[in-house]
Amino acid sequence: MAVALVLVLVVVGSVLFHFLSPWWWTPIASNWDYIDNTIIITFWITGVVFAAVVLFMAYCVFRFRHRQGNQAAYEPENKRLEWWLTIVTAVGVTALLVPGLFVWNRFVSVPSDATEVEVVGQQWQWSFRLPGKDGKLGTSDTRNVSVENPLGVIASDPNGQDDVVVEAADLHLPVGKPVKMLLRSIDVLHDFYVPEFRAKMDMIPGSVTYFWFTPTKTGTFQVLCAELCGQGHPLMHGVVMVDTQEDYTAWLGEQQTFAQLSAPQQVGSAE
Amino acid sequence: MSVILVFLLVIVGFAGWWLSHQRLMAKPWLEQGVIGDIIGPEGSALPTAKIGLGVFLAVVGCLFALFTSAYFMRMALSDWQALPLPRVLWFNTGVLVLSSIALQCAVVAARRGQIDTVRLGLVTAGLTALAFLIGQLVAWRELTADGYLLTANPANSFFYLITGMHGLHILGGLVGLSRTTAGAWNGARPERLRLSVELCAMYWHFLLFVWLAIFALLAGWAATFIEICRQLLT
Amino acid sequence: MVDITPADAVPPAEVAEMELYHPHSWWTKYVFSQDAKVIAIQYSATATAIGLVALVLSWLMRLQLGFPGTFDFITPEAYYQFITMHGMIMVIYLLTALFLGGFGNYLIPLMVGARDMVFPYVNMLSYWIYLLAVLVLVSSFFAPGGPTGAGWTLYPPQAIMTGTPGGQDWGIMLMLISLILFIIGFTMGGLNYVVTVLQARTRGMTLMRLPLTVWGIFTATVMALLAFPALFVACVMMLFDRALGTSFFMPAIVEMGEQLQHGGGSPILFQHLFWFFGHPEVYIVALPAFGIVSDLISTHARKNIFGYRMMVWAIVGIGALSFVVWAHHMYVSGMHPYFGFFFATTTLIIAVPTAIKVYNWVLTLWRGDIHLTIPMLFALAFIVTFVNGGLTGLFLGNVVVDVPLSDTMFVVAHFHMVMGVAPILVIFGAIYHWYPKVTGRMLNEAMGRFHFWVTFLGAYLIFFPMHYIGLMGVPRRYNELTDMTVMTESAHHLNSFISIMAFMVGFAQMVFLFNLIWSIRHGREAGGNPWRATTLEWQTPQTPPAHGNFGKELPIVYRWAYDYSVPGAKEDFIPQNMPGSFGSSREPA
Repeated sequence: MAVALVLVLVVVGSVLFHFLSPWWWTPIASNWDYIDNTIIITFWITGVVFAAVVLFMAYCVFRFRHRQGNQAAYEPENKRLEWWLTIVTAVGVTALLVPGLFVWNRFVSVPSDATEVEVVGQQWQWSFRLPGKDGKLGTSDTRNVSVENPLGVIASDPNGQDDVVVEAADLHLPVGKPVKMLLRSIDVLHDFYVPEFRAKMDMIPGSVTYFWFTPTKTGTFQVLCAELCGQGHPLMHGVVMVDTQEDYTAWLGEQQTFAQLSAPQQVGSAE
Repeated sequence: MSVILVFLLVIVGFAGWWLSHQRLMAKPWLEQGVIGDIIGPEGSALPTAKIGLGVFLAVVGCLFALFTSAYFMRMALSDWQALPLPRVLWFNTGVLVLSSIALQCAVVAARRGQIDTVRLGLVTAGLTALAFLIGQLVAWRELTADGYLLTANPANSFFYLITGMHGLHILGGLVGLSRTTAGAWNGARPERLRLSVELCAMYWHFLLFVWLAIFALLAGWAATFIEICRQLLT
Repeated sequence: MVDITPADAVPPAEVAEMELYHPHSWWTKYVFSQDAKVIAIQYSATATAIGLVALVLSWLMRLQLGFPGTFDFITPEAYYQFITMHGMIMVIYLLTALFLGGFGNYLIPLMVGARDMVFPYVNMLSYWIYLLAVLVLVSSFFAPGGPTGAGWTLYPPQAIMTGTPGGQDWGIMLMLISLILFIIGFTMGGLNYVVTVLQARTRGMTLMRLPLTVWGIFTATVMALLAFPALFVACVMMLFDRALGTSFFMPAIVEMGEQLQHGGGSPILFQHLFWFFGHPEVYIVALPAFGIVSDLISTHARKNIFGYRMMVWAIVGIGALSFVVWAHHMYVSGMHPYFGFFFATTTLIIAVPTAIKVYNWVLTLWRGDIHLTIPMLFALAFIVTFVNGGLTGLFLGNVVVDVPLSDTMFVVAHFHMVMGVAPILVIFGAIYHWYPKVTGRMLNEAMGRFHFWVTFLGAYLIFFPMHYIGLMGVPRRYNELTDMTVMTESAHHLNSFISIMAFMVGFAQMVFLFNLIWSIRHGREAGGNPWRATTLEWQTPQTPPAHGNFGKELPIVYRWAYDYSVPGAKEDFIPQNMPGSFGSSREPA
């Protein structure tokens, strides 16, 4: 009796917790509400299955608990029932998978008008690089990293000269414009993660990974590192500010380009 | 990871073939009593030790398939520079083939009960296998002398790693072989001796096969072969 | 299907005998023993001992997470060492070793009707190498720089760099060496488990008459033999990178402003190798639990397991499929995004056979005669936690849903529920079930019930709310959750609550350990077959079974393992080795 009751309580408690507790995802600030919707579908399907299985079990425990003189039924299998259950499960799984793959397809197809923004992770800070007037990022190589050239931009690449370098400071993005985040690391794995944007991707030294999104709300958002990167991992915070177009242009005007940053050093070494 | 997946496919095929002979579709609750024509305990008629060795060789095969997978994945990156294979490897291959042949002769002799030939075969196999190991060391020394150091390039690292791993397996085999050889001199029971000679031969043939595969891999033929296959498919 | 005429007793002379090594001294009987049952107890005791270390580490972690800033001695460095060692110990040195080395060694020979494992000497070596691996692991706590803090996944490059505790000290080297030793030792044991099932089954024990426990352990061992080499390869290559300076996994790196010597390597290569082992590993732990729980439910509900054939096919199917899903751990690793389509599909397909197993467990309860013994309670609790953890797996396996959830506390909650709590509940159930066979005495019932309720409800209260902290966006592997905008004040309270629950659950395990020791002397006498079960291990002439298991003659098997409540039979169970035909109509109506 008590056991059956506890099983029912587990289901009721879990469902109540789900609906009543204050702990839920942060309000979304990007176009990936598709992902949120897929999670909601998944919650419904899995929630129903969980409740059904455990409640059925609770009923069995209550109804068929041992009493003097009881005898269990002899039932090795029931082909029809098993087939039905298999089919229903397969349908349920498909209902999860299809929207998931559909959204994934969007997630990996970057729109052609997305501006590129480079994020560079290192122990334990974030730096950024934006393409200059030419709209192209210059190539880079970890071997080139030095105090004067913290992101390892290849100086001989003309595309790189006008790139805007934001070292260990806040990133600003214009609202409503799709961005393709190009992710790079110069030491270990990191993961650029802003909970409000929902999207994230690991950054791997030696290669460039990416994801894209469109910020939909202005505001200040915290960047977290979501891949263990050594003991400073939890302190690796950053800030992304999503601005209106005017604010963004103003901010961009204050930033220095790669050429400006490396100019004094080049004068010094010219002798 | 394609190499290991192909390897696993072979294992799955083998397991599937075996399972298909195990009446997995039977309804066991309907069958009471001793089932049908099975005599003696369940299981295969092959000696248990051979099955044990077979399973072990599958694990070893898995290990080398994984090294091969890693090799191909690492090879695809830009800093790879193939190294020239030392000529002595050809000699080593020949020696290892000889070693396998000698053990095969020992197996045949053991089946016929010719103990002297068994002893001769075992000793020849042991000595040639030792010669193979020495030859591999010579190859390592040649490479280091020519400046192909372990850390200089991933191709070099893989060369030392994979040949070293194979050499360790040969070394382990030599322990088993020396026990068998000792048995051949100290008058082990003939059927027992035959089994251990057969086990040694099985292991030797397998390691020869692994060596040939590694040789093809390190020489670059395996990559060429896969490239041709890929072109044929597309 | 033909109903085969019952044969009466078969002359035992037809059953081939195996040569057993008979111990001559105390040392060879209890220490360097070749008897699988002694080896099983050695494995279990060692795994439990190292598991206690992992339990204490989890307490320390929860102290830090629940009450940040209160305990100064838990530095960030120490915290990362704790999580790494906790994870590695639980997954490899406790769960794998206990299910395969412990339960496998004890149950396989008894359940298939063999005298012992087929290669007893190798079996003994397996244990001693395992012990050596454990000792090397423990020694890293005392090494300069302490154990590695790279996380149990040991991802390079950070695993072998100075920013990670133990990365440039001894820690990571000892970890890798210990793993390599473990794999060598396990391979020796695994060969035994597989070949014993293949070759040493007694007469009449066809594959379809094997108890599901044996099916689960057998399939898991086959998988482990094929999966552990991947970890071996990854470990050896990382050891080369760390100790000899090669660049298998190490790309060009600037560490704290300094260029490292490495260049060109691929961290993703390591991840592929690691998860090629790591995913099957989940099922290496889960399949024995599936098998054991099937037998527990069937025995204590006095009803045959529902859909035995489906159960067997599902075990084999899950085992095979689990080798083509590994990259679902790498959806956000930066591998080619099109892999996501393939691996999400295979991952969700694997949910179907798994769901069938769950249905069959609960359908076994339907119209049963459910004895709510302690093993049965643990089995029921397993179903609850496994269904819960399995369903959250459908979130993480569905590639795009994984994007926001990966590397958050949601993942931590998911894998603890599905491969931590659920299999451990089965282990407890199994210990309450088989303890009478191992010692001849029952475990104390009152302590058992206390242990059950605190463990089940406590563990559920730890991990169910934790999903929601992850849903909020709180990343895993953070030693402090302060200074984070997504972490609300109330979530901090929830975290403290989770920590308190963790201490209570841990305390209940102390009661359990006390019960294990106390009952050896003071437990109620059990007799040979206290649960009135059908399988062969309960039919041994002595309890505990003597060396050689079955006395003079090996048993002969006349029926499957689940003849419970057969209509027309006198008792509600018919042992597998009882000749004769019972039950006129066995086809379901």
